[in-house]
Amino acid sequence: MRFTFFLREATRSLRRNAVPSFAAMASVLVTMLVLGVFIPMVQATTGAANEVRAKVLVDVFLKADATDAAVERVRKTLTQDTKYVGNVTYVSKAEAYAREKKQNPEAYALLGSNPLPDTFRVTPDKAGNVGKLRDELAPLTASGERTVADPAIDEVKNRRDETTKILSATKIVKLSMAFLALLLVLASILLISNTIRLSLFARRREVEVMKLVGATDWFIRWPFVIEGIIVGAIGGVMAIGLLLVGKVAFIDPLKSDFSLIAAPETLNFGVLIAVLLVASVAVSAAGSGLSLRRFLRV
Amino acid sequence: MIRLDNVTKIYKGETRAVDGVSLNIEKGEFVFLVGQSGSGKSTMLRLLTAEDAPTSGEIHVAGKDLGRLSSWKVPYLRRNIGSVFQDFKLLPNRTVHDNIAYALSATGATRKEIRAKVPDVLRLTGLSTKLHNYPDQLSGGEKQRVSVARAFVNHPPLLLADEPTGNLDPHTSLGIMQLLYRIYRTGTTVLVATHDSHMVDRMRRRVIELRGGRIIRDEASGLYAQREQTTDEFGDLLDNAYHDLGRSD
Ligand SMILES: Nc1ncnc2c1ncn2[C@@H]1O[C@H](COP(=O)(O)OP(=O)(O)OP(=O)(O)O)[C@@H](O)[C@H]1O
Ligand SMILES: [Mg+2]
Repeated sequence: MRFTFFLREATRSLRRNAVPSFAAMASVLVTMLVLGVFIPMVQATTGAANEVRAKVLVDVFLKADATDAAVERVRKTLTQDTKYVGNVTYVSKAEAYAREKKQNPEAYALLGSNPLPDTFRVTPDKAGNVGKLRDELAPLTASGERTVADPAIDEVKNRRDETTKILSATKIVKLSMAFLALLLVLASILLISNTIRLSLFARRREVEVMKLVGATDWFIRWPFVIEGIIVGAIGGVMAIGLLLVGKVAFIDPLKSDFSLIAAPETLNFGVLIAVLLVASVAVSAAGSGLSLRRFLRV
Repeated sequence: MIRLDNVTKIYKGETRAVDGVSLNIEKGEFVFLVGQSGSGKSTMLRLLTAEDAPTSGEIHVAGKDLGRLSSWKVPYLRRNIGSVFQDFKLLPNRTVHDNIAYALSATGATRKEIRAKVPDVLRLTGLSTKLHNYPDQLSGGEKQRVSVARAFVNHPPLLLADEPTGNLDPHTSLGIMQLLYRIYRTGTTVLVATHDSHMVDRMRRRVIELRGGRIIRDEASGLYAQREQTTDEFGDLLDNAYHDLGRSD
C-alpha cells in the first residue's frame, strides 16, 4: 500500500516534469555508457601492463665458448648466490636457435650457423627490482663500466626502458578516463538533483499539506527518492542495452583478432552490468539526497 | 489541552509577535482568538503546531511539551491537530475525495481506513455529492468545507482554524461556523482565530483578544469587541440577540 502510494506519486511527478527528467536520464545514460567503456578498458590496459610487468626480465648471455661446467657454475650463482632473483630459465644455444628459426625461417636459413649464445632468463623477485638484479649480475666499476659477475658471462641486458614507457602510457590513459568519468558522474548527480528540485518546487503545495497533516519526513521524501531512482535506473538500463548491442556488433567479431579483447578478465559482462546498475542507482540516490537535504527541511 | 506559560516569539530580533502570553484552554472548549491585524493570532497558532518555536516560554499541546518534543515526533503531534486556513490549502489537481484521502495516506492510513473514513467525514461536512469535483469546481464555502473535512477526518482532539471565514460571505460563513460548532459538539477542542465580529458576537463563546502580541482580554462568553467600546444601545441589542440564541440552543 505504502509502496504503491510512493510509486504513484513518483510517476505522477515524473510525467509532470518530463523535460528535466529526460535530461537527467540522458545524463545518466551517457555517464553509464562512458563507464561501461571505461571499466573494461582499464581492465584491459591493466591486464596488458601486468603482462608486460611479468615479462620484465634480465637476459644473461653467456660467452659463445662457455663450457658445460661454466654453464652449471653460472646457474648455481644465479639460483643460490644472487639477490633479487625470482625465477631462472635456461635456454640453450640449440633451443634458442630452434625457436628463432621457427619464427623467422628465411633469415636463419641464410645464416646457416647458429649465432645465438646460451642464455639464462632471470626474472626478478619483484618487477621494480629489475635494475638491482642487473647491478648484481653486472656490477658497475668505479670508472662507470660494467663488469660481469662470472667470467663465462658475456653480457647482461634488461628490457626495463620499454616497460616503463608502456606503464606510464597506460597510466595516462587511465587517469584521463577516470577524470572524464568523474566529471560525468558529477554532472549526472547535479542534473538529477536539479530534477528533484524542480519536482519539489512543483509539488511544494503537496509537501506543505503533507507536513500540515502530520506526514513523517521520510514519508514525504520517499516519492522523490523513488523518482530519482527511476530516472537513474532507466538511464542505466538503456546504457546497458546500448553496450550490449555494441559488444555483440563490434567487440565480439574482433575477439579472435585481438588478444587484448579476448583476455579473460577484460569483459565479464555480467559483473559489468551489475556495477553499472549499482552505479546508476547510487548516482541518482546521491542526486535526490542532495536536493532533499538542502531544499526539504521538513 | 493547550497551556502557554509566558510565551514570547520575537521575529528577526525585533518584532514581538507574541509577547509574554500565558493561557489555558481545557479539553472540549470552543475559543475565539481575536485582535487587529498583526496582533499575533497566526503566530500563536503556528506555535501550537510547532511550525515555529517560541523564543522563550513553555507550550503544552495535547499533553506534549513542545520544547522537549524531538523533531521526528512533530508529525505525530500534528496528527492530533486539525488545521483549517483562510486560503483552504487544497491540492488543485485532486478531487475532493482525493484531497482528503491524500491527507489520510500521508499519516500512513491503509486503503481500508481511507474507504471507511472519507465518506463519513464527507457526510458530516455535507459534501457527499461533490465527491468527484476538483477544487476549481467548488464555491469558496465548499472549498472551506473540504478543508475542514480534511482537518477532521482523523478526528483529532484539537482543531485550529485561522480565519476560516475570511474569504466567505456572511451566509456561507455561518455554515462553516455551524460546521465547526458541530465538530466542537463531538468533544473536540476548537480554537478559531477570526476577524468575523458578527460571528463571535452571535456565538458568545470564550474570547481571547490579543493586541501587540499580548492578551488584553479573556472572557468566558465574550463579544468580539470589548463591552465598554459598544454603546449601551448596541449592547442591549446584542444582549437580546444572545437571549434569543440561548433560548433556541
Ligand atoms: N515569518 C515572519 N517573519 C517576520 N515577522 C513575522 C513573521 N510572521 C509574522 N510576523 C510578524 O509578527 C506579527 C504578528 O503577525 P501575525 O501573522 O501573527 O498576525 P495576525 O494577528 O495573524 O494578523 P492577521 O489578522 O492580519 O492575520 C506581525 O507584525 C508580523 O509582521
Ligand atoms: Mg493571521
